[in-house]
Amino acid sequence: MPSYDVIIIGGGVIGSAIARELTRYRLSVGVLEKESDVCTQTSGRNTGMLHAGFLYKTGSLKAQCAVEGNLEFDAVAKELDVPFKRTGKLIVGFTEEHRERLLTMIERGKANGVPGMELIDRKRMDEIDPSAGGNFAIYCPTSGILDPFLYTIALAENAVQNGAAYHLYTKVTGHEVLADGTHLLHTDGKGDFTCRWVINSAGLHSAEISEMLGIPGYKIQPVKGEYFVLDKKAGVYAKIPVYPAPTPKNTFDTHATPTVDGNVLVGPNSFNVDDGEDYSVRQVGMDGLQESGARMFKHMKRDYYIRTFAGARPKRVDPETGEIQDFLIERRDEVPGVINLVGIESPGLTSALPIARRVVKLLEEKESLTPNPSFNPVRRGIRRFHGLSAEEQAELIRENPDYGEIVCRCETVTRAEIIAAIHNPLGVCTVNGIKVRTRASMGRCQGGYCETRITALIREELGKAVPDVRLGSGDSYMFTGYVREGEQA
Amino acid sequence: MIKRQAVIVGGGPAGLAAALRMKENGIDDILILEREHLPGGILRQCIHDGFGLTRFEESLSGPEYAQRFIDRANEAGIECWTDCTVLDVSKDKVVTAVSKVHGFLQISAQAVLLTMGCRERTRGALATPGTRPSGVYTAGVAQAYINLQNIMVGKEVVILGSGDIGLIMARRLTLEGAHVKGVYEVQPYPNGLPRNIEQCLNDYHIPLHLSHTVIEIRGRERLSSVVVAACDEHFRPIPGTEEEIPCDTLILSVGLIPENELTLGAGIELDPRTRGAFVDENCQTAVPGIFAAGNVLHVHDLVDFVSLEAEALADSAARYLKEGGLTPCPLTVVAGSDVGHVIPQKVSGTKDFTLWLRVRRPLNGVSVVVRQGGRELLRKKMRKALPAEMIQLSIKAQKLTQDADVEVSVE
Repeated sequence: MPSYDVIIIGGGVIGSAIARELTRYRLSVGVLEKESDVCTQTSGRNTGMLHAGFLYKTGSLKAQCAVEGNLEFDAVAKELDVPFKRTGKLIVGFTEEHRERLLTMIERGKANGVPGMELIDRKRMDEIDPSAGGNFAIYCPTSGILDPFLYTIALAENAVQNGAAYHLYTKVTGHEVLADGTHLLHTDGKGDFTCRWVINSAGLHSAEISEMLGIPGYKIQPVKGEYFVLDKKAGVYAKIPVYPAPTPKNTFDTHATPTVDGNVLVGPNSFNVDDGEDYSVRQVGMDGLQESGARMFKHMKRDYYIRTFAGARPKRVDPETGEIQDFLIERRDEVPGVINLVGIESPGLTSALPIARRVVKLLEEKESLTPNPSFNPVRRGIRRFHGLSAEEQAELIRENPDYGEIVCRCETVTRAEIIAAIHNPLGVCTVNGIKVRTRASMGRCQGGYCETRITALIREELGKAVPDVRLGSGDSYMFTGYVREGEQA
Repeated sequence: MIKRQAVIVGGGPAGLAAALRMKENGIDDILILEREHLPGGILRQCIHDGFGLTRFEESLSGPEYAQRFIDRANEAGIECWTDCTVLDVSKDKVVTAVSKVHGFLQISAQAVLLTMGCRERTRGALATPGTRPSGVYTAGVAQAYINLQNIMVGKEVVILGSGDIGLIMARRLTLEGAHVKGVYEVQPYPNGLPRNIEQCLNDYHIPLHLSHTVIEIRGRERLSSVVVAACDEHFRPIPGTEEEIPCDTLILSVGLIPENELTLGAGIELDPRTRGAFVDENCQTAVPGIFAAGNVLHVHDLVDFVSLEAEALADSAARYLKEGGLTPCPLTVVAGSDVGHVIPQKVSGTKDFTLWLRVRRPLNGVSVVVRQGGRELLRKKMRKALPAEMIQLSIKAQKLTQDADVEVSVE
């Protein structure tokens, strides 16, 4: 039976940040993730914003963690080799009422420790981004954009590099505490695990897991949002994330955000759902995004659509009033060996490492931790061909001729990158896993050219039979078999 | 930097035909760059017959049709580098490409022939509501799996769109034991050729539902069903007509888009009607010495015409290379009423040229009329004109003047 000092339930950006921070110490760390990869749910289904921290109540964990996470991110991105741009952000207004709300927001930002926020006029806006809608705006220089897939993957890979173990397709179904205080976790088909510490970072399922571990009474309200991904041809017009003035309830409507790769995300809308893992998009939702998106981004049009997606924020709400609550990070003496995180939603991506450090602190209250002398915080990602200079590209092909074979034409992804992704340290073997690691099939033809090549490489490199190739999570089989048995192409 | 007289981007039917004709015109220094492992382009996966009826007066499969050109190109000693992807074509005709064998290449060409073909419109571009499970394929991707990799994509199939590849795949999947439940087309008329409706659907009793579309995709892991509905004349679903159809596979055949990323990179403007470059009667783009023909210029109905157009391009490109330039083409060809698009968009008024066009909607008992400055140059009566079928008209130089634009309309 696999046994660890610490088991983390949920390998999203929070679980992976915790795993990475725990490997700084002499602890064995296991991560149980029910999906096929670390970024298939909330961690991968968002805008990819590095938030500045002005939206949240002063003194809240959300405010503290966002500001802390924001200010350190240049160093983090460098250490983990993940794409990141400190673009700044515009929060635009049209009416006097909006102006009032924006001024309140600047005050709150100051109180939270967000540097450099200012109210600017249309003339300044035009200098920053003429595509932005609105008559005036807050300019917040510290906001940024990152690749949420690669950031989550980088944290997980760095954790693995430093000794953590990931168990994918491993859903925790039950929990017992043995006589000696050891935690025993049952899983769906992957056997039992034991550990001294259990950390709940189960996102959408954090209230259920909390109850399973002996802390009932929390409620998660999944709040869903739908998005459009626009072509890089639209991306040339989007220089900076543009958000509308907040609603009277202090939330944001549809915004337009450039991605680190040069696409544009338009969304999300926001509505409560019962099932946070229903990622379907609705016609009415997309019609709404087209309309509200065009107010934020003047180039929002049908010709630029390349994909839609949806995500859900696991908001912790008061079970009685439904009021949205702060992040919860707790350890209770009466429930030994459990650290419980509930309602980690936006700004979770920005807050992941600050949250992880708080988890380590809670653990340290109960036992002294010995530093891991071989811990290496530096992780290197797959070397990308796209975006390099002609000389660098020529050199890469000389070093490894696989860099000379373009597999994904739209995103200029080479065979060398695909093969490196297929042999990723987490053992992810789905088509979507290759996609988020390399960008292959994320372009305008959406795999029309490269998908047949990627599935062939997965079969060749991993020795997988045709019916075993999966698109993403669960039984998302791609093929039913050979056309003619015995005549394998 | 390597120097070449002519670089051809893409070794499909257009590129091969252009190369051969250039050679016949006395241009010897030709290099074809092909990203696939073998030349032939999309024809390699089109194992059905019906190719070559016009050109060779016999019915060939796609690979057979391509092989005739490949064999001749080999005999003629035309150089074709395969597994070689072009990354960029610059305004001054420097072609950047990479390959495992040749490494990072920069080739300075006197003429560049763009023959990259087209790609398929995707589910993302349609923004079809629902989930994003496995089992949703464009028709060409399904065709590549089945015909090139011997891999079966599914068992219970719904097809959205009645483009030719979708129709061909309806038959192909049926022949390989899948159950094709129906083809749904949002337009009130089919998008594919009448012969494919007959031979691929009717012969196999596969129902075609016009004015219908898929309004939702269901299934979290693998596709489990689609919801279809009837549509009104604005393509909006009619409430109350929804029907859920269980299936594990959805094939999309919802349009082809000329693959013009390289063209745009060279600073060449695209015609929003064709989604290909604006070209003159010589298939020359706005950049002198850069030419385009075949599906990269406008999506054709038959490969025979792709070859023909590419040969016309080659004649012009050869003349360009020999004479150092071509006659300016100041006259605009205007697409008038009910004309979807025209090629070329510019002419000189001093040379015979072929006008290619598609009608915007199915029409009966009409005439295609070509006028210059109000003067009728040509009138072609048609019992039936379909958007699926391209119309070709030969315009004689002696009828043209050099003082007014040319207008094509359907009356």
